[in-house]
Amino acid sequence: MSDFYLLWRNLFRRKLRTFLMMLAIFVAFVIYGVLGSIHYAFEHGVDSSADNRLVVVNKITFIQPLPYAYVGKIAAIKGVKNITFANWFGGYYQDARNQIGTFAVDPESYLRIYRDDLRIDPAARDAFIHDRTSMVVGEAIATKYGWKVGDRIPINSNIFTNKADGSHTWELTVAGIAYAAKESFNTSFIIFQYENFNESKTFGKDTVGWITLETDSAAVNDQVAATIDEMFANSTSETDTQSEKAFGKAFLAQLGNIALIITLVVGAAFATILMIVGNTMVMAVRERTKEIAVLKTLGFPSWRIWRQVLGESVLLSLLGGVPGLAVAGLLVMVLSKAASGAIPGLALTLPVAGLGVAFMLLLGVVTGFLPAWNALRLNIVTALGRL
Amino acid sequence: MTGQTLIHLQDVSKRFVKGKDTITIFDHLGLSIPAGDFVAVMGPSGSGKTTLLNLLGGIDQPTEGSITFDGGRVDTLTEGQLARWRAHNVGFIFQFYNLMPTLSAARNVELPLLLTSFGRAERRRRVEAALSLVGLAERANHYPREMSGGQQQRVAIARALISDPKLLLCDEPTGDLDRTTADEILAMLRLLNQEMGKTIVMVTHDPEAAKYARRTLHLDKGRFTERELVA
Repeated sequence: MSDFYLLWRNLFRRKLRTFLMMLAIFVAFVIYGVLGSIHYAFEHGVDSSADNRLVVVNKITFIQPLPYAYVGKIAAIKGVKNITFANWFGGYYQDARNQIGTFAVDPESYLRIYRDDLRIDPAARDAFIHDRTSMVVGEAIATKYGWKVGDRIPINSNIFTNKADGSHTWELTVAGIAYAAKESFNTSFIIFQYENFNESKTFGKDTVGWITLETDSAAVNDQVAATIDEMFANSTSETDTQSEKAFGKAFLAQLGNIALIITLVVGAAFATILMIVGNTMVMAVRERTKEIAVLKTLGFPSWRIWRQVLGESVLLSLLGGVPGLAVAGLLVMVLSKAASGAIPGLALTLPVAGLGVAFMLLLGVVTGFLPAWNALRLNIVTALGRL
Repeated sequence: MTGQTLIHLQDVSKRFVKGKDTITIFDHLGLSIPAGDFVAVMGPSGSGKTTLLNLLGGIDQPTEGSITFDGGRVDTLTEGQLARWRAHNVGFIFQFYNLMPTLSAARNVELPLLLTSFGRAERRRRVEAALSLVGLAERANHYPREMSGGQQQRVAIARALISDPKLLLCDEPTGDLDRTTADEILAMLRLLNQEMGKTIVMVTHDPEAAKYARRTLHLDKGRFTERELVA
């Protein structure tokens, strides 16, 4: 027999109560694991953006377009190494619910800027550059819809009308599949030729959604950004130039403050667990007041009993939390597949799991502290009612 | 078969503060118990019997005075030192047995050995010997709820003996038992005193139980009123 045996026997003396506490902790850590992974994937995706990439958007809001002419003017600014642009298309496939991040781009410059993020077969790259009605499909979308190179796919827009037939549809040929060079890069997209798009759309001709540029180095980012914004100050389309990371975060902010939402949900779950488990642990140890007094009478030092009670609550937390995290990992895998790569890098990562284990230990210590303290301070004479 | 003084209380006072009142249990009490003695302490409720047992067992400290055990002061020890002292020198037997309900008889008996450096095999050997001594070897794997009161008290005696203490303190050890079972338990205590030389102090209300002791001390309002030699 060891102290751990005593601890284990005490923990499971009322199996139903212990099981219910474990279940509550389990649920809290499933919630934490899933939401924490989503949060991490969002944050990590944004963080993986290159440091020397800037994004120029309309100062009013990034959904307002910029004149195409800005591209050439910005390209001439000192410190700008490469430049490209993109236009939001509002694309979907067959049903408006099947939305796809679809961008009209200049193929050559776009693929140059994202050369470290995307892998495309050279032949596919050439085909994309030379075929005005072609598109490159991200791996996640190609896998989701089973598209292959050469397939002709009707892509609809919920914004633009095709001048050719008055429909909202553009027939595009799959020139190639783009694969993520980094795990965190989202391949749930379509890119197609801006030239084709610009000529066939019925409004907003010669405008672009945003301009992305690469500077000589991150050290000149501020200077280049200031030069760009000064250049177009007091024009009809003033600009706001920011790092791609900041742009990514601002874009995510449109979806709501994800971090805050996740923190609130996880916080609520933990606060509830803290109260339930903490209260139950206090009661569970209070029930054993006489037994603790007997242990002290037999000569067990107070610190050893304190360690036992605290160990009991930490073990309880781990027994509920570890399976919770494991199930969260499975759910995240299922979610990642269901989202078809829409949230790149979605997985229960080591940092999220590690923080989860730290939370378990913290939960165990916090919920066990009061009963352990009471056990430590327990007066034998009072506890045995021997006055 | 009594020998040198094992426990000596000198001018021991014990006072409790309850609200605005101070309750005096003992006022300059003196007592000597030789090694190998078997003392029954009797007296009405509130006379201080249990408090005396608490002081002798080092689970409570006197307000004034000194307590020596085997020549060493006990009343000056810290809480941690007292815990170690109790583990090595005192075995406790309670009226309601106070066994751990989640542990088998063998595990209950083994508990005090967790405070020693004995290995698993030695612990098992000692537990088997202790349970055999109280006649419960075949009930080693039974839980307290599966045993009668008398059997539980015998497990408690085995637990009290396992670390071979010099002093056994018994608080109404037969208070919850029928006459026949009580006599078995008392006979066992007398055997432990006579054959193994254990010094025993037993608090009891039962005059029949007191007859098993070598002598009986009557306590009333914190003072010994009568000292009676029985055996």
